[in-house]
Amino acid sequence: MAVSETSTPSALAGQNLLGRFFRKEVVLFIILVVGVLLLSTQTDKFLTVDNILNQGRLLTEVMLLALPMTYIIITGGIDLSVGSILGLTAITLGYTWQNLGLPLEVAIVVAIAIATLAGFVNGLFIVRLGVPPLIMTLATLALYRGLAEGISQARSVRGYPEWFFELGQRNLLGIPTQLWIAVISVIIAGIVLSRTTFGRSLYAIGNNELGARFSGIPVNRYKLLIYTFSGFMAGIAGWIFVSRVSTTRSDMGTGLELDVVAAVVLGGTSIFGGSGTIVGTVIGAVLIQLLKNGLALSGVKGDATIVVIGIVLIGSILINNFIQRRSGQTT
Amino acid sequence: MTATPLPKIAANSTAAPTWTRRLRSIIFSQEGILAIGIILLLVVMSLGFERFRAPRNLLDIFQANAYIAVAAVGMSILIISGNIDISVGSLVGVLAILSGTMVTSGFPAWVSWIVPIIVGGIVGAVNGFFVAYLRIPSIVVTLGMSSILKGSLIIVLGGTTIYNMPTDFFLAQQAWLGIPSPIWFMIIATVVGALWMRYSATGRAIYAVGGNAEAARLSGINSQRTTMTAFIINGVMVGICSVMYATQFNSIQASVPPGLELQVITSAVVGGVSILGGTGTVIGSTLATILLRAILSSMVFLSVSPYWLKSVQGVLILVTVLVDILRRRRVNRQ
Repeated sequence: MAVSETSTPSALAGQNLLGRFFRKEVVLFIILVVGVLLLSTQTDKFLTVDNILNQGRLLTEVMLLALPMTYIIITGGIDLSVGSILGLTAITLGYTWQNLGLPLEVAIVVAIAIATLAGFVNGLFIVRLGVPPLIMTLATLALYRGLAEGISQARSVRGYPEWFFELGQRNLLGIPTQLWIAVISVIIAGIVLSRTTFGRSLYAIGNNELGARFSGIPVNRYKLLIYTFSGFMAGIAGWIFVSRVSTTRSDMGTGLELDVVAAVVLGGTSIFGGSGTIVGTVIGAVLIQLLKNGLALSGVKGDATIVVIGIVLIGSILINNFIQRRSGQTT
Repeated sequence: MTATPLPKIAANSTAAPTWTRRLRSIIFSQEGILAIGIILLLVVMSLGFERFRAPRNLLDIFQANAYIAVAAVGMSILIISGNIDISVGSLVGVLAILSGTMVTSGFPAWVSWIVPIIVGGIVGAVNGFFVAYLRIPSIVVTLGMSSILKGSLIIVLGGTTIYNMPTDFFLAQQAWLGIPSPIWFMIIATVVGALWMRYSATGRAIYAVGGNAEAARLSGINSQRTTMTAFIINGVMVGICSVMYATQFNSIQASVPPGLELQVITSAVVGGVSILGGTGTVIGSTLATILLRAILSSMVFLSVSPYWLKSVQGVLILVTVLVDILRRRRVNRQ
């Protein structure tokens, strides 16, 4: 009622068009394209098929973790323990295989099961006892890493059989094997989020948890599910990680949670919950990886490329805030 | 109907002498539990191990993590205001190297102590500006800031180490009145922080903004300026922490101390500040820092591998939070 008084239909349509054009994903995509073009003028090693595919290989772990993280942040939560779960998976895999003498296939299954359990424990405390997600996963960030360090006593495991590296170091149909897993996961996660009742419910939970509860959404079950899913994906990512680098160490994945959160937030998912897309997350993750790589190839020293990530992260949110405030003025 | 149980409670509480009630509330507060925990651990371990009760070891328990305690005072204030800072580790890395670079390039020692503290305050102000005025969540701002600081450190210095500082630079190696200076810093930061949070108008405003920003605004508190203040104080505390960190050994590495922000946040949370904002004290965080060091020391004496320490940290955070939740449920039920 009040809306019709403040703006004429034609003005509203104009705003809509503008708003649609300046959607977060579009803005990000433009940044991505401009960034890639700029970097490709700096070095001719950047925009080659080999390099791009290799970057996809390096990107897989963050991408896999970013999918459940998108779900979780949409519901207004966060999972800081994914890097530690990845480390725990790696250690469990190496330890059960080398020290307990299990067949490697079984060790992989056990490790992923442990990772899933770790995510389930996060979810259980958050849902049943009402521990805030930030605190719960901060505690398990320390706890799971501590278990990995305690079990391994900081000893690394090497000497995996040749077939184990198929996943992390070889190609399937000309594309890095693990990239297939990433692509398939992205497609499934995207469809589930945008096309299923479960996916839409996550937005409802993020916007108004109490309202979601009252409208009959099984909030607790869904939250438990996404934290468990996060653990499971950290398990898969851990397996891929070990296969890619050929060795197991207890500090694997340290700080990875921040890369993952950065990718998700850069992709336009609001840290307050209620909005975000898988497409955005994918662009965010790709943007970070390509910027890192492009800068490294242009001669910027190793980890120094993270400066740009920090600036892009804050900058993109500022731009988004600015656009939202402008398009929000008329409503 | 709701009014009827009230007189009963009032009657009950006036029946008990006030000093026992006060004693009980002190003992069962987070700070009380932590203090009892530290004392019990120290007494039991001292009875069991002769070398544990050696003055040198006992002093080390209070001294070794004092720089973390100072940063945790700032972090507690920040968390009470409803924010968080995950760039502490990177900032300490940058400020420590700044301090060392200044003194080796000829500045007097005291200038090389003061400047990092001021720079810490400025970085805090930048974080605070983004959070308070541009309304970006603190976790995102400080995540970005952490990347920027860490990256800059690598670009500029790339893993070098600074030696050959003049002897008057080593502030954290000095002792005043027979007590190592880090302990002094820890005590002063804690006491001043606690008094300021309890009695100053800004301190109370920080509690109010963290508890309920909207209510605070309606009661006339400038919540943006209050948030800025909390961030600046945190930055200054991180600056002091950096100088203590830089001056404790004879060399400074140009790298980020790993996991430092986690240790600082752990101290604040185990010390009883609620991550939701609005409650907690800075005394708790200092006691928690000491307790964590005492536990590490005990583990060494009990021949438990120190690799288990992080698990202990995680369990401690969980136990603290669970106790807090149970305590709140009981209060709500009453």
